[in-house]
Amino acid sequence: MNILAVLIPISLILGGIGLFAFFWALKNHQYDDPKGNAERILSDRYDDSPDAD
Amino acid sequence: MAACPACVALPNQEKLLPKLDPEDVVMRRVELSIPTVHCAACIAAVERSLAARPDVFGARVNLTLKRVSITAADLPDIEDELITELDGLGYPAKPLDSAVLEKSETEKAGRDLLARLGVAGFAMMNVMLLSISVWAGAEGSTRDLMHWISAAIALPVIVFSGYPFYKSAWRALRSGRLNMDVPISLAILLAGGVSLYETMEGGDHAYFDAALSLTFFLLIGRYLDFRTRAVARSAASELAALEVQKARRITDEGVEEVVPLDALREGNILAVAPGERLPADGVVTWGDSELDPSMLTGETLPQAVGEGAIVRAGMLNISGPLRIRAEGLGEETLLKQITRLVETAESTRNRYTSLAEKAAQIYAPLVHILSFTAFLGWGFATGDWRLAINIAAAVLIITCPCALGLAVPAVLAAASGRLFAQGVLLKDGVSLERLAEIDTVVFDKTGTLTTGKPALMNSKEISGRDQQVAASLAQHSAHPLSKAIAAAFSSDVELADIVEHPGFGTSGELNGEAVRLGRADWCGAKAGDQTSVWLKIGEAEPVAFLFEDQLRDEAAATVAALQGAGLSVHLLSGDVPGAVQKMAKEAGIEHWTAGATPAEKVDALMAMEQAGHKVLMVGDGLNDAAALAAAHVSISPASAVDASRSSADMIIINDDLMQIAKSHKIATASKRRIIENFSIAAVYNMISVPLALAGFATPLMAALAMSASSITVSLNSMRIGRMK
Repeated sequence: MNILAVLIPISLILGGIGLFAFFWALKNHQYDDPKGNAERILSDRYDDSPDAD
Repeated sequence: MAACPACVALPNQEKLLPKLDPEDVVMRRVELSIPTVHCAACIAAVERSLAARPDVFGARVNLTLKRVSITAADLPDIEDELITELDGLGYPAKPLDSAVLEKSETEKAGRDLLARLGVAGFAMMNVMLLSISVWAGAEGSTRDLMHWISAAIALPVIVFSGYPFYKSAWRALRSGRLNMDVPISLAILLAGGVSLYETMEGGDHAYFDAALSLTFFLLIGRYLDFRTRAVARSAASELAALEVQKARRITDEGVEEVVPLDALREGNILAVAPGERLPADGVVTWGDSELDPSMLTGETLPQAVGEGAIVRAGMLNISGPLRIRAEGLGEETLLKQITRLVETAESTRNRYTSLAEKAAQIYAPLVHILSFTAFLGWGFATGDWRLAINIAAAVLIITCPCALGLAVPAVLAAASGRLFAQGVLLKDGVSLERLAEIDTVVFDKTGTLTTGKPALMNSKEISGRDQQVAASLAQHSAHPLSKAIAAAFSSDVELADIVEHPGFGTSGELNGEAVRLGRADWCGAKAGDQTSVWLKIGEAEPVAFLFEDQLRDEAAATVAALQGAGLSVHLLSGDVPGAVQKMAKEAGIEHWTAGATPAEKVDALMAMEQAGHKVLMVGDGLNDAAALAAAHVSISPASAVDASRSSADMIIINDDLMQIAKSHKIATASKRRIIENFSIAAVYNMISVPLALAGFATPLMAALAMSASSITVSLNSMRIGRMK
């Protein structure tokens, strides 16, 4: 059962990284235009930011 | 806006004009609505051409909201220039000044909900993992450890993610009502509290995972609901932005200035160019023209007006420039009278209880009574109050409010997305439920069932020479009837001295003979009761070109489809009986009424409602606005006047009447899905609630019932999107 002391923190840290990435994406307007994102992937133009400027 | 190396290597449009230096200029955010963008190529075209301008520093299209947000130099008429640029590309744009603030607020609210949803999802998955080890048989101190870690994750998340529910429940309780959020908040908080107590006491069952998945699934429903409303609101604010009307006023010095309508004063002289609508009631002081009253009265026959004629706001000026003296401003204008009618109609419209509200009215008290009875029953029967509160919490959790919370928003999100893709804009979800209830459809004639554009009717009776002469003359005029003639016939007749006489017609010379094409009295003929243009060659008898409004191509098919769906179809028009009867016959409509004024239209609808019918009104004119507001539910084509579009519940963006029948089909299907969803939730409850009441419920059962019911409900809702 000692392995739990390692595994539980690891799983929480990994989950925490996912949560942090989600917050980052949210803050960077990645979820503002779901339809546009679906279409933009078809364009060969490099798209570096979902924000207007 | 970086470009990939390959794009930089190619001769790039962006390099043609020197950019203004971002350091020296003041920048401003401009928001434009571009309703016609729909694909990756549109996005690229819009963004590229805007970015190529020297005064634009960034442009980003939002396809979901059909908008472009531009960072540009703060020049005085930058907005108009950008609109012209986009119009040139084939994307008609409209400014969205007033809506910008509102938009940023909506966006913030959306991101806030998403953040709560993300946190709830993260916590749910982790706690679920820990719970699985408990369900798998962990015991003693291992189980307690798992419970403590779960508590550490769950409790802060319950506070953060559940906040929207607590807020709404508190608001309801304070005003003495019960809404869906009251049992939800109670379930989440009670589950959290009881589980914490059990953890401290080293008990068997903790419901942390259930509290979190409840929050997670309900937030999904909340977010879908929000998304649907945000898209509808954004589209509605675009329609409102269109409504800002301007008038052109002639000052005492004879200079033209553009002013908003409310700046007009009695006695102001206004200029109205052909193609424009009259901004106010008044008297013509200069010019001759014809006015199209169809939006106002439903009549299609143009009225000839000259100096001294009394004209009404909302009429369309067809042929010549006019100057009018504004009169009867304030309460007396026809426009104001119609606005008043709309307001009265809206206030008398009965309040509609949505399916979600009905469900909450049954569900919320029932759950509270069940759970409270279980608590008291077990408490008094066994004397073990800890067991009693555990069972009460289990009952609250297991009644599956998450399936109920998803039942309506999931269907409405799928249906309104489906309708939007088909070209129908839904202003709010409730109108879809209303649409599913209708048994009668009332159409307006002019502009709704018909195209509103007259077509030449008697071309076979006109000699070839007359046709050619008329076409040659018509080519030189912008009058809609002339355009129809020019399009109908080809001509190689050479005419000399062609002059257009605004408000009268066009004249020319053919082999030394004077020829005229225009109004009846100008050509020496007597005007009949049909829209007509006359051709006079030399001294010969004038020849009539008769025009008639035509049914839309899909009108008869739409009527047939609606009748096929078991609805009775009526035609309610302000036009003369002859024309209405003819159109009704062509469209296959049995019941028709002609010569109805705006107030009579409202009365007719009220009479139908009183007879127990639920009426869908379809109309586009100013004269329909009040009727649209009075009907159970209403639809306007996009070509409708502003007043009608703002009082209609739904708008057909692509101007295809067939969408009415399709929308009705989707609406009935949506209602069926919602009721199915409620039934699914009810079945789950019928199985699990007795178990919970009997004290057999475990956290594992709660987790299974909750996930299974939420997933079945979501899948059932998504079938709307795949419907044929």
